[in-house]
Amino acid sequence: MGDWMTVTDRESKTISQYTSEIKMSPSSLYSQQVLCSSIPLSKNVHSFFSAFCTEDNIEQSISYLDQELTTFGFPSLYEESKGKETKRELNIVAVLNCMNELLVLQRKNLLAQENVETQNLKLGSDMDHLQSCYSKLKEQLETSRREMIGLQERDRQLQCKNRNLHQLLKNEKDEVQKLQNIIASRATQYNHDMKRKEREYNKLKERLHQLVMNKKDKKIAMDILNYVGRADGKRGSWRTGKTEARNEDEMYKILLNDYEYRQKQILMENAELKKVLQQMKKEMISLLSPQKKKPRERVDDSTGTVISDVEEDAGELSRESMWDLSCETVREQLTNSIRKQWRILKSHVEKLDNQVSKVHLEGFNDEDVISRQDHEQETEKLELEIQQCKEMIKTQQQLLQQQLATACDDDTTSLLRDCYLLEEKERLKEEWSLFKEQKKNFERERRSFTEAAILLLKILGVEISFGIHHSSTVSRCGVRRQCNQDCVAV
Amino acid sequence: MNFSEVFKLSSLLCKFSPDGKYLVSERCLNHRAVTFKLQNIQCMYLDYTCPQKGDNWHWKFALVCFFLLSIQVWSLEQPEWHCKIDEGSAGLVASCWSPDGRHILNTTEFHLRITVWSLCTKSVSYIKYPKACLQGITFTRDGRYMALAERRDCKDYVSIFVCSDWQLLRHFDTDTQDLTGIEWAPNGCVLAVWDSCLEYKILLYSLDGRLLSAYSAYEWSLGIKSVAWSPSSQFLAVGSYDGKVRILNHVTWKMITEFGHPATINNPKIVVYKEAEKSPQLGLGCLSFPPLGAGAGPLPSSESKYEIASVPVSLQTLKPVTDRANPKIGIGMLAFSPDSYFLATRNDNIPNAVWVWDIQKLRLFAVLEQLSPVRTFQWDPQQPRLAICTGGSRLYLWSPAGCMSVQVPGEGDFAVLSLCWHLSGDSMALLSKDHVCLCFLETEASVSTACRQLGGHT
Repeated sequence: MGDWMTVTDRESKTISQYTSEIKMSPSSLYSQQVLCSSIPLSKNVHSFFSAFCTEDNIEQSISYLDQELTTFGFPSLYEESKGKETKRELNIVAVLNCMNELLVLQRKNLLAQENVETQNLKLGSDMDHLQSCYSKLKEQLETSRREMIGLQERDRQLQCKNRNLHQLLKNEKDEVQKLQNIIASRATQYNHDMKRKEREYNKLKERLHQLVMNKKDKKIAMDILNYVGRADGKRGSWRTGKTEARNEDEMYKILLNDYEYRQKQILMENAELKKVLQQMKKEMISLLSPQKKKPRERVDDSTGTVISDVEEDAGELSRESMWDLSCETVREQLTNSIRKQWRILKSHVEKLDNQVSKVHLEGFNDEDVISRQDHEQETEKLELEIQQCKEMIKTQQQLLQQQLATACDDDTTSLLRDCYLLEEKERLKEEWSLFKEQKKNFERERRSFTEAAILLLKILGVEISFGIHHSSTVSRCGVRRQCNQDCVAV
Repeated sequence: MNFSEVFKLSSLLCKFSPDGKYLVSERCLNHRAVTFKLQNIQCMYLDYTCPQKGDNWHWKFALVCFFLLSIQVWSLEQPEWHCKIDEGSAGLVASCWSPDGRHILNTTEFHLRITVWSLCTKSVSYIKYPKACLQGITFTRDGRYMALAERRDCKDYVSIFVCSDWQLLRHFDTDTQDLTGIEWAPNGCVLAVWDSCLEYKILLYSLDGRLLSAYSAYEWSLGIKSVAWSPSSQFLAVGSYDGKVRILNHVTWKMITEFGHPATINNPKIVVYKEAEKSPQLGLGCLSFPPLGAGAGPLPSSESKYEIASVPVSLQTLKPVTDRANPKIGIGMLAFSPDSYFLATRNDNIPNAVWVWDIQKLRLFAVLEQLSPVRTFQWDPQQPRLAICTGGSRLYLWSPAGCMSVQVPGEGDFAVLSLCWHLSGDSMALLSKDHVCLCFLETEASVSTACRQLGGHT
């Protein structure tokens, strides 16, 4: 429908030239739309828009528009046709409505478009972000894979090395074993050879010895010149069986002496060591017992054993002093008791260690033991609180003093005054009401008294008229009289 | 410390008499036996002529001059007494006195037999099949018994004889491959028997021949190199080729500890004395000697002093040639101090150092490193004082209080090759190749003054 562009219509100037030319060439229209979506019409566009409807093709443009709008669901632009062939009149109202509708639609569309665009942008940026994340993660994955491969490679190499070293070690061990075997075999061989040679040598020696011995020279002799006899003149003794026995005896005596001497030494050492052990045991018991007395609630087996041990020791000592220290049972008892004491001491020391460490770690756990740090912290806190309270009290005092001494603001004073006035007013009202009541009561009393007086007067025969005219004086008098009479009557 | 004159002698044979009265040495030139009567630092000559050159000789209250085929004996107390013993065609390899001094034991050549000659009764006994080893004969300290190693049919035996009448008391075989040495404990009740260096085995027998215990630290390696009893018989120190000393105790005969000899010392509690050449120019006069290391006296020529080295100290080691016999590894020298408190050792790997171990605490006490290899050391018989000589012209003394290096005075260099203490611990004989010198130590109270008076000697 591009021909509409060349046609212009003068009358159509009143018609708004807003774009709804979707049927025009889409590319140009789209660009037009983009440009004109949110900006007011510019003159260039204005001219372009006028290209649709000129002064010549008004009817056609109207009918075209009507067609379009009806297809879009809008009401017809024409009026209700009265007859078939008559020219349809343009329904201005409808036109305006349509225009309005179209504007509304346009606005909606623009909004929607904006939203969509922003969303598009958002999605685009999200997408970018995700893509970058993805690429980073991919890189990380790559690097970690490479690292893993590298580590695996190293691991493999190290295992290889390990295997090699093991193999080397095995080889070395095998070699050592082999060499030892060789040495052993060589040693036996050598010994064998040696023995053979030695036998030969011995044989030769024997022969030589025989030869030498057989050669009875005079030379094998001993000459002593200027013989010196023994001082006491005795001669040497012969070797007999008695001497042999004597020698044996002497030998055994010597051995026995040596053993006895050694045993004495060992006994002395033993005695000293036992003394030392006893002392140790006593000291350990003394160390443990005073501490165990305090926490009476914690009576375990340990305390029981300590006490029993003390009793045991007393018995032991007496026993030992009586016998000699070589009894097996006594020895065992001593070592066992020492071991027990040592274990108790060890556990005690461990307990103390634990306590100390616990206190350091957890602070105020044990009631008996409060660490110095916590104590100090608490005192600091309390001091701080005291300080704060003191300050509060001071400020309050100050405020109070201020209130009493200095003047407050006008508003407050007036308010206060009003309050006071109100109070007073109320009080006064009360009093007034009270007063009124009293007044009423008095009036009543007065009336009652006057009636009583009149009656009296009537009774006494005094004229009332006299009293009415000069009611006030009478009343006065009457009152006086009343009063007097009252007084008399009463 | 005073030094005596230097006397000539032909060989390193010099011994103090057991009663401490005489020092015997041999003079080369005229084959004389020279005896010095030690009485208040005076020396007397007592000459005896030996027409033939003596080869080896021992000392008792008589003199023995020993030749290849016969022995001549003199008496010191009675100079007219003379005895000559002829062994015949079997030559003599060794000769030794019995502890009572009345018998002479001659070992014939090839160790065919041992002949026991009695000087009193002129009787002869023969002992067959003695073993040819380093230490085949040993006497108990009290001189009652003699243990002799024998080998018969390729098996080792030990015979115990009563020295008074040479009666065979016990004869038993030992479980050794090749017995190298036997030694009595000082209390005379236990005999230690050890195997050759091819096998580490030491056996302990009681006096009546029972096997008390056998100890073997390891096998398939070179074994025992040296053995020493402590004077109280409580400990037996066994030094081996692996550079360790193992101490056995007399109650259980099991090892109570082993002392290693590492080349580096890290423990700061150990005092390491290093001998250092003192440059003659240290003219400050009053060198501040630390309390535990004294310096030598103010003599000009090549003096040396001990410095205390701070840990860690690394000692000079010698890499031994492993394919030759008798390699210089292992503990070659062991000696207990007379009170059994200290043990002095030398690791042949580290030949310049002497290690002193505290036996009470069973740990290393001090290490002395000399400038040259240590030749011998010997403890003072009375107190824990160690004398060391390295072949130089200096004598080194160590005690728990400290150590010092003393220059031996004399014309030229007196190279101290060996030393030997007097019984009383007051003096010692220093032997060089052809001279002997006596060194008199003052009592402990005045040792320090003696150091400074080094110049003066009689």
